[in-house]
Amino acid sequence: MSINATLIGQMITFALLVWFTMKYIWPPLFDSLEERKKKIADGLAAAERGQEEILLAEKKAKGVLKEAKEQSSEIVTMAQKRANEIVEESKDTAKKEGERLIIAAKAQIDQEIQQAKEGLRQEVADLALSAAEQILGAEIDKAKHQDIVSKVSNQLG
Amino acid sequence: MATEVHAAEGATGYIIHHLTPLHVGEGFWTLHLDTLFFSAVLGGLFLWFFKTAADKATAGVPGLVQNFAEMLIEFVDNQVKDSFHGNSKLIAPLALTIFCWVFMWNFMDLFPVDIFPLVGSMMGIEYLRVVPSTDLNATFAMSISVFCLIIFYSIKIKGPWGFAKELMFQPFGPWLLPFNLLLKLVEEIAKPISLALRLFGNLYAGELIFILIALLPWYLQPVLSFPWAIFHILIITLQAFIFMVLTIVYLSMAHEDH
Repeated sequence: MSINATLIGQMITFALLVWFTMKYIWPPLFDSLEERKKKIADGLAAAERGQEEILLAEKKAKGVLKEAKEQSSEIVTMAQKRANEIVEESKDTAKKEGERLIIAAKAQIDQEIQQAKEGLRQEVADLALSAAEQILGAEIDKAKHQDIVSKVSNQLG
Repeated sequence: MATEVHAAEGATGYIIHHLTPLHVGEGFWTLHLDTLFFSAVLGGLFLWFFKTAADKATAGVPGLVQNFAEMLIEFVDNQVKDSFHGNSKLIAPLALTIFCWVFMWNFMDLFPVDIFPLVGSMMGIEYLRVVPSTDLNATFAMSISVFCLIIFYSIKIKGPWGFAKELMFQPFGPWLLPFNLLLKLVEEIAKPISLALRLFGNLYAGELIFILIALLPWYLQPVLSFPWAIFHILIITLQAFIFMVLTIVYLSMAHEDH
């Protein structure tokens, strides 16, 4: 049990061990640890960010939904208004058309009455003329008495 | 210790036989082959294990080997960060090497005391002492290496003059220079000596108790060696831990400029 050359041998071994550990063992293991730490931290941050984004998106979606609802109700109101307008318009048109038809019919009737009157007058004149012919016979010259006949027929009118 | 009484028989002979290293050479140029062999094998084991882990190291999901290696790395790194605030590429790997190597040395103590000598005697090896930390040479080799690093870093960080000033003018000022110098020298020299002797003493005593238990009748041995072994698990870890932590503390003191 004494200090001897074993000491030197042990010191050399120790130096080799420390050198090897320093060069080939510590750096890769430590780096992988650090890298994993960073990865985990990044992952956690990303998860948090994702959650925030979800909240934001939900908020946005709610806003869009609300807007859409408002728009649709507006559209419905407008459509109802328009429908009422159309109904009113068509009522108006129908009324006008009816009036127009009535006026046209009345005009036609008047015209026909006029025609009938004309026809009748002609016929009455003819009849009166033929009657006068028959009564007076050949004495009445058509050409001579034209004035009288036309007077009569005018009076008939 | 009295290596010339090998021939003694009985209990004393048994104990002495167990505490005698396998050696070659004479005087200072004696080599304790068992200490050199076992510490080298254990060191190789340590390097092999961690190299395997380092080669397969990924930042993804770690395997079993990498997990264990990383656990130790983080443990050592935390210890270093707790007491050392500088930036050094050496201290953490040094601490890891010390912790693992000393722990493995000490772990050899948990093997039954007669197993390795028995195997050795079958192979024609007369003496075999398998726990390197029961050899003063091993513990001193480590603590003197640490001491050299302390001196090296003291001079490197503080400069030769700064270190000399610290030795001469602290703690009592320039008027008590010789006294300061003496105090500081004792303080510095005490570091490697206390490191080495603490580890050696604990493990030597532990081994001796195992040997004494092995001398008792067989039916008493388990009753005593079992609790002692369990207690020893604590001691071997603690001693490795103390050696590592003190190394870190001493080196961080060497880095501090007053």
